[in-house]
Amino acid sequence: MTRTRPPMPASRTGITDVRNRPKTSWAGLWFIAPFLGFYLLFVVWPSVVGLGYSFTDRSLAGGPVSFVGLDNWVESLSDPYMWSALWNTLLFTLLSVPTMVILALALALLTDHARRLGWFLRFSFFAPFVLSVAVMTLIWAWMYNPTLGLFNSVLESLGLSGIEWLHNESTAMISVVIATAWWQVGFNYLLYLAAMQSIPDDVYEAASLDGASAWQKIRRITLPLLSRTTGLITILQLIGSLRVFEQIYLMTEGGPNFATRTIIQYIYDSGFVGLRIGTASAMAYVFMALIIVASIAQFRFFSRKEQ
Amino acid sequence: MRTRRSPSRPSALPTTRGPGRRAVLGGAMAAAGMAATGCGANARSTSGQLRLSEWNLFTGGDGLRLLEMHRQYQEAHPEIDLRASTFDWGSPFYTKVAMGAAGGRGADVATAHVSRLESLAPGQLLDPIDPAALAEFGIDDTVVLPEAWDECFFDGQLYAVPLDTHLLVQYYNLDVCRQAGVLGPDDRLIATSGSDEFLDMLEAIRDVTGSLALSIDTALPWPVFWTFYRQQDGELVLGEDGQFEMDDDKALTAMELMYRLSGEGLAPRHSAEMDTAANVSNGAAGLMFHGNWEIPTLEETGVDFSVTRFPDLFGNHRTRGDSHCYVLPHQRDRDPEVTRASLEYIASMLKSSLTWAGGGHIPAYQPVAESEEFDALHPQSEYRGAVEDIVFEPEGWFSGSAGRLQDELNGPLSTLHTGTQTPEEVLTDVKERLRALLQIPAPV
Repeated sequence: MTRTRPPMPASRTGITDVRNRPKTSWAGLWFIAPFLGFYLLFVVWPSVVGLGYSFTDRSLAGGPVSFVGLDNWVESLSDPYMWSALWNTLLFTLLSVPTMVILALALALLTDHARRLGWFLRFSFFAPFVLSVAVMTLIWAWMYNPTLGLFNSVLESLGLSGIEWLHNESTAMISVVIATAWWQVGFNYLLYLAAMQSIPDDVYEAASLDGASAWQKIRRITLPLLSRTTGLITILQLIGSLRVFEQIYLMTEGGPNFATRTIIQYIYDSGFVGLRIGTASAMAYVFMALIIVASIAQFRFFSRKEQ
Repeated sequence: MRTRRSPSRPSALPTTRGPGRRAVLGGAMAAAGMAATGCGANARSTSGQLRLSEWNLFTGGDGLRLLEMHRQYQEAHPEIDLRASTFDWGSPFYTKVAMGAAGGRGADVATAHVSRLESLAPGQLLDPIDPAALAEFGIDDTVVLPEAWDECFFDGQLYAVPLDTHLLVQYYNLDVCRQAGVLGPDDRLIATSGSDEFLDMLEAIRDVTGSLALSIDTALPWPVFWTFYRQQDGELVLGEDGQFEMDDDKALTAMELMYRLSGEGLAPRHSAEMDTAANVSNGAAGLMFHGNWEIPTLEETGVDFSVTRFPDLFGNHRTRGDSHCYVLPHQRDRDPEVTRASLEYIASMLKSSLTWAGGGHIPAYQPVAESEEFDALHPQSEYRGAVEDIVFEPEGWFSGSAGRLQDELNGPLSTLHTGTQTPEEVLTDVKERLRALLQIPAPV
């Protein structure tokens, strides 16, 4: 507040007196209390309890619980299968983040330039996003089926040999990435499209008058003005990709020969199938540390670039 | 994306008063209170029926038969309100049972595999069953298959009641096998002895199909491996701190046979879920190794097929098997009335297990298993004697159907079929995974 106004009776102006501020901010707290309550109960409290569990040998089966110090952490960090699961998560992230950012940008550019079928493109590119994960994985598992699936019958009708898609250690992860990109790219696409449509037309008009080609306009105007959106999308996608679990669990259950078992599945396997809540909590914290580091690095990188 | 709201003008304010905030809040709290008392300890519904919740994992053809048995049960017991829920087979089911029981609010009665008993922490996640109370409903060790009944004890206490035994069997497509000349005069598969004779038979079948001879599930190879290994008298003793006893030579022999089957194109490199039965019903293969529960699947396809016991590859017909059983998940406040109803429910299921046998399982309840009606079931009668050849899973908290042992070993074993690892590499991998599992302190 830079201006000061003469005091007026609040009843006349409808404006709250400055001196009443503290009261109103308490009222605000009541409004967020329902959210805060659930947040504390279902996010903060379990996180704290989980950290506590990671220092115990707590089992899902119950029984006496004893403090085991750093045993779970040592076990997790020296477990080669945890590291290979972590690598699978990183591999999925490395493959999916660039794909889903660049693809979203390309689709948004296409839609932005389409004069006639814009509504149709918007609908087609975004529609898969509304499917539930179970539906998406059913569709793709059928299309990927090596003997009965769509892809291989197309390949074979073209005289090519079929690919084993989800059933081969070297192609399974890529197949999952392709299916995920089809399913999830719509959200990034929508963010890009919205950002593109908020770029004022006069910038482009000025560039046209200066004789800029279409490609130059994209490179020199669209992309620089989208950099904030790109940063946002990349961060969201990075976090989303690191958390990958459902579609892989439904499509391959982590196979073949664990080529697609992600860290979250390994945590699930240890905690819920193997009943070892203590170790699973320790692994979950190792993984959380990784996500936090990645997010901070990403955030630093993009905020510095903007300056 | 962001929408900006204009501040509401005075005229937009409602002029008529709806229910006030306090009234709404009060109503909501009253409703919440009613909901809270609704899930209280009283298992009787308003109509006086006793509510009995049952959880099972039968999602296949056997699930339909269970529904039929439940329908009969419900008709005979109008005083019971049976609430049965089917969950996805395997880990999704077991994690729910474990978590429900860990909170002391498990279902009243649930199905399980006998091989998973130890992993379900009898005494912690499972409540013991009083044999005397069960005997009141006509179920005791005299009427249940002894091999299965003995598996249900833990620390001298009864924790499960077996419903059936189920096992790996050999299916054969009659048309394909007839053309290949591997059927005897009675239209039954000619018995082979030893792996060489069996492989010769597969060659003859492949000459007819032009593609495969034997259909197997390559994604879940553990049961076949265990069968091959146990037919050679291979022992697997799981100790502690990474220690175990395994016969490397016999394991390697078993793995080499699996490797050879897919390597020579007699068995598929990839086959999972519905592909496996489809391969034998559409004639791409003549034989199939699979659990007896695939009988309804093949019956539905209309293919002309029969079933026989697992072939003698290493001197006997031993075959990997397990039992479905009923257990009582742990409840903090166990209602004796509900427990009695649960035992009566279990007894009725066992007694009506002729319906169950239609799904291919061999009833554990002997009066049904020895009845003429069961004997008349075809192809079940072709392998009923195989019960004597059943080998159960190795002992351990992580073994059993859909347990961690299978989860961890199916991965490397499946590479024998895909051909990405040699049997020697798979053996090393399997032993490393076993060692890692055994280094884990048991959570039960």
